[in-house]
Amino acid sequence: MKISNETIIEMYEKMVKIRKFENRALNLFAEGQFGGFVHLYIGEEAVATGVCESLREDDFITSTHRGHGHIIAKGGDLKYMMAELYGKDTGYCKGKGGSMHIADATKGILGANGIVGAGHNIATGAALGIQYKGTDQVCACFFGDASTNQSTFHEGLNLASTWKLPVVFICENNGYGISVSQARHQNITDISQRAVSYNIPGITVDGNDVFAVFEAVSEAVARARKGQGPTLIECKTYRWRGHFEGDPTVYRPEGELEQWKKKDPIPRLEKYMLENQVMTQEEMDKLNEKIDALVEEAVDFAQASKFPDVSSAVEDVYTDIIEEGRSR
Amino acid sequence: MRELTYGQGIKEGMRIKMLENPDVFIFGEDVGLFGGCFGVTAGLFEEFGEKRVRDTPISEGAIIGAAVGAAAVGLRPIPELMFVDFATVGMDQLVNQAAKMRYMFGGKLKLPMVVRLPSGGGVAAAAQHSQSLEAWFTHVPGLKVVYPSNAQDAIGLMLSAIDDDNPVIYLENKTLYAVASQVEDEVKPIPLGKANIKREGSDVTIITYGKQVYDSLKAAEMLEKDGIDVEVVDLRSLYPLDTEAIFESVKKTHKVVIVSEEAKRGSYAGEVAAIIADECFYECDAPIKRVCALNTPIPFSGNLEAYVLPNADDVVQAVKSLF
Repeated sequence: MKISNETIIEMYEKMVKIRKFENRALNLFAEGQFGGFVHLYIGEEAVATGVCESLREDDFITSTHRGHGHIIAKGGDLKYMMAELYGKDTGYCKGKGGSMHIADATKGILGANGIVGAGHNIATGAALGIQYKGTDQVCACFFGDASTNQSTFHEGLNLASTWKLPVVFICENNGYGISVSQARHQNITDISQRAVSYNIPGITVDGNDVFAVFEAVSEAVARARKGQGPTLIECKTYRWRGHFEGDPTVYRPEGELEQWKKKDPIPRLEKYMLENQVMTQEEMDKLNEKIDALVEEAVDFAQASKFPDVSSAVEDVYTDIIEEGRSR
Repeated sequence: MRELTYGQGIKEGMRIKMLENPDVFIFGEDVGLFGGCFGVTAGLFEEFGEKRVRDTPISEGAIIGAAVGAAAVGLRPIPELMFVDFATVGMDQLVNQAAKMRYMFGGKLKLPMVVRLPSGGGVAAAAQHSQSLEAWFTHVPGLKVVYPSNAQDAIGLMLSAIDDDNPVIYLENKTLYAVASQVEDEVKPIPLGKANIKREGSDVTIITYGKQVYDSLKAAEMLEKDGIDVEVVDLRSLYPLDTEAIFESVKKTHKVVIVSEEAKRGSYAGEVAAIIADECFYECDAPIKRVCALNTPIPFSGNLEAYVLPNADDVVQAVKSLF
């Protein structure tokens, strides 16, 4: 598959954006700038990027608790994301969602989700909506290896395959369900095998190779757009940080992280770009500086924004009812 | 006027909206070819085709979850679970997803969906097919809950529920499906949150909904012979709740009995009692009473089930205890 230089550069930019946003979030969280549960995507950037690069703006995604990467890759704005991490009024969810619930309907982002496995059925439903309306959109459903043990995985894939719905199931196999390694949570190594049960294509790719992800997903998206139904794509990758910030990661064998760091998707892509004259080092540096500035702008924006007025706590439960507030 | 059964009323409400709005569609267990476990969707599959009246796998999480996804991308799905008891299997999709997505996302998404859930006992269906779980749903911020008691209300509430931009839990009592009642030729939508005074009275207020409206009306007739003038309020909508109608009635009668088919512990009836105690305590000149099912699972054997479920005699007894 021939991938244009323009696409490669776009993917590089997205991956660097995710990495820099996450690294900054990591530091800000450590400084105590904001609280909550923060699940970082560092190390897995090639997956979200390869997937979302295969999608159009009017396509949909469902995300997970580890959603920052998906949202950035689908076009989310760093300013509103950072403001949401801070719980500010200008955040994507007006401070009501936080890191785990960022959504942007205008970009087809149907929300990060705090329930492991919740997305399988919601993505299937979005795809049902697409099929019902007769458009050629698709929905990509991100989920982790551990969520494939939830009943929703089976329910969603069964329904989507039975009705040939335009959904692409993206399993980010990062080797762990919180602290439990894949070998301890399921009796298979390749989750793509499970596709056999639904009579749909199942593919395992190197999730740290953005080209491999892009190619596999592009093909699956094309099938979905043609009404040929869902595909299960397993992207093998690794999360560099703990499950959440603050996780001491005592469950990781010594040296495992270091092995995976050698497979860091970003230097891999940089090497390719230099070798194939997609970008010069100088151009890459410039792009990195630009992204640094964007991240700082997002932090400044978030810090300068105000916290939501407490009166807003009782709004948005319903479209037409404001719940009773407190008299203080 | 014309006569329609409760089940036909539910169907008519859906049919009117399906004719009017192509975004409205039905899916669920056996709703298509089979016509619905209780026959409510009979004929709709033939009229609207498989695209709009879809049979699903027995997969409650997928049914509710698919409705959430379809609503999120702009449709107005009507998912049906065969029994309210099966909502347990799809509860995450209902409670953590449907109810919360709008709020969590800062009001930037709307989820118009009507979840049909046949409820209640009295049909020898035992513990896993007979429950009344309205307290679970009314407890969850983000859900609206309605419970019609007759054909006209079934139509009117369905019309409003489908037009509503929020998830609406539409509870149906399965012993009422074949019960016929008079219906206006052209039924208007009934706004959610409007109770109906089924019988005016001055001595005591019975607050109820669903099947217990009939038990309460029967009790009112029996009590009339004893000279007790009973007012019966059919809530129709459990959330939003017509507190105005409740308070007005309590201020008139000063005595309240709440009747529901739920297990009494943690019941929605208890919530209504608490609201009255909070807002109208000094209007009450007797304890606020609840008549509910016993705190047991629903048993199979006819005499046991009848013993566990509330009936008109229980209502009469509760009312008399206030005088």
